[in-house]
Amino acid sequence: MAISVKQVEQVAYLARLELTEPEKQLFAEQLSSILDYANKLNELDTEQVEPLNHILPIYNVFREDIVQPSPPREDILSNAPLVEDGQYKVPRII
Amino acid sequence: MELYELTCHELKEKLDRKEVSCQEITQSFLKRIDQVEEQLKAFVTVTADLALQQAEQYDAGDAVPGLGGIPYGLKDIICTRGVRTTASSKMLENYVPFYDAMVAARLAEHKGILLGKLNLDEFAMGSSTEQSAFYPTRNPWDLERVPGGSSGGSAAAVAAGEVAYSLGSDTGGSIRQPAAFCGVVGLKPTYGRVSRWGVMSYASSFDQVGVISRDVRDCALVLNAIAGHDPRDSTSVNQPVPDYTSFLTSDIKGLKIAYPREYFQQGVDSEIRQLIMNALKHFEQLGAIVEEVSLPHSEYALPAYYLIAPAEASANLARYDGVRYGLRDLQAENVVAMFSRSRAAGFGPEVKRRIMLGTYALSSGYYDAYYLKALKVRRLIADDFTRVFADYDLVVAPTTPTVAFKIGEQTDDLLTLYMNDILTVPINMAGLPGMSLPCGFVNGMPVGMQIVGKPFDEGTIFKAAYAFEQSTDYHKARPTLGVNK
Repeated sequence: MAISVKQVEQVAYLARLELTEPEKQLFAEQLSSILDYANKLNELDTEQVEPLNHILPIYNVFREDIVQPSPPREDILSNAPLVEDGQYKVPRII
Repeated sequence: MELYELTCHELKEKLDRKEVSCQEITQSFLKRIDQVEEQLKAFVTVTADLALQQAEQYDAGDAVPGLGGIPYGLKDIICTRGVRTTASSKMLENYVPFYDAMVAARLAEHKGILLGKLNLDEFAMGSSTEQSAFYPTRNPWDLERVPGGSSGGSAAAVAAGEVAYSLGSDTGGSIRQPAAFCGVVGLKPTYGRVSRWGVMSYASSFDQVGVISRDVRDCALVLNAIAGHDPRDSTSVNQPVPDYTSFLTSDIKGLKIAYPREYFQQGVDSEIRQLIMNALKHFEQLGAIVEEVSLPHSEYALPAYYLIAPAEASANLARYDGVRYGLRDLQAENVVAMFSRSRAAGFGPEVKRRIMLGTYALSSGYYDAYYLKALKVRRLIADDFTRVFADYDLVVAPTTPTVAFKIGEQTDDLLTLYMNDILTVPINMAGLPGMSLPCGFVNGMPVGMQIVGKPFDEGTIFKAAYAFEQSTDYHKARPTLGVNK
């Protein structure tokens, strides 16, 4: 199945990934070829098969609701590209 | 013989008998790194000062059993407190974690000596280490060839004697394939056996931390140190951890070994097939019962994997947004542009490709056709193994379809590159433990045999691997770090 450049642009927007024009062309071709390969799965009838989301029979894992210590704020902020007054700084949102 | 050439258990014996000091051992490895690293490029960061400091402390304190005082390296996707952890990505080029991953903390508690952080395909996405944003790592058996990937630095460093052992991570073969290409032992434990806490996530339902070592005994020692439940990783399983060295008995009489015919078909190098058949005969001579079986859905594992893994990756890598850590485009005027440009500048081509593919497979309108379909096929693949393991103890197959290829040889052809994982991916799909063990050479390049066990039965893998290793000489071969014509 062929993926168009327009579809690539939509997906890139959803993924918050700015692409150059050559990248869009390349991904249109490459995603098409990978999805063609993935269509091999349609050889199998899976109508009656339950999807396997996770290999272990684990659902919710709870712990006691006890407050645990948090790491110090300065540690958490130590890798942030931009910090002001002990908070992350980002461009204007509204 | 130089100290860096010895296995962990040989070094440990000398250290405990006080024949050598931890500082002498550490210096031997650092000297070896000095000699070969310029050609090999296995490390992202060498922590020489830290290592010497740790060694000095070890010599001044009491001996610690297990892996105490033994130098090791970590795949640079495993967070280390105060030591830069990059995932071999420009996104995290300057990232310095303020905490240790659970596995890093375990090795530190054992008073191991950290020599540094090892190169990988960016965010563990790749099969050759050519996708590192910094430089490709080279194969110590032939410097013109790849070491495999994504844990290519981890495998090359062990094979070349730069570290005594290393940790890697395996999502679709990323420990076993480079171990096979570099002629060392590589173990991906059962999903849930080892905590993933503090290890950067790629595809969370497949990712598992594991061991790369020179021999089977070392591998058991390292698994002893890192296995076990961790409340901070809800997918780590609370099951008792046996002493894995107790399985190193060489007695495999009556062990039932299956070999799946689908793993010996077209596309798998005929000389590799022959070496695995020879190994199976060897197992028979040691008293095992060896029979052919079928895993009928094997050929569907790879296409299903290349939908599910990118889908999970696209969600996991959403966290790299330029706000809390990592690269940020400081010029962008609004938040969406900041996210999109930071990610564009920080991620390399393979990571972008998988994010795009995964976002597409999860998007409305395609979810059922691709992602859900792949999850259903995943069940069929897991069920194949369950059926075989009702009658057999182990499954044995080749680890890779070819030996290590030349640098640059496969990078243009995506599907060929993805095919490298064709024999390892199904084991991740089913969450099973699998080891690659050296079993011979083709044109001077090492070949790996893959031994797969039942869930949480790494012990039986160790038993068979040890029996094979101790009655052959492949684990004694060492690379020359030249070019293999």
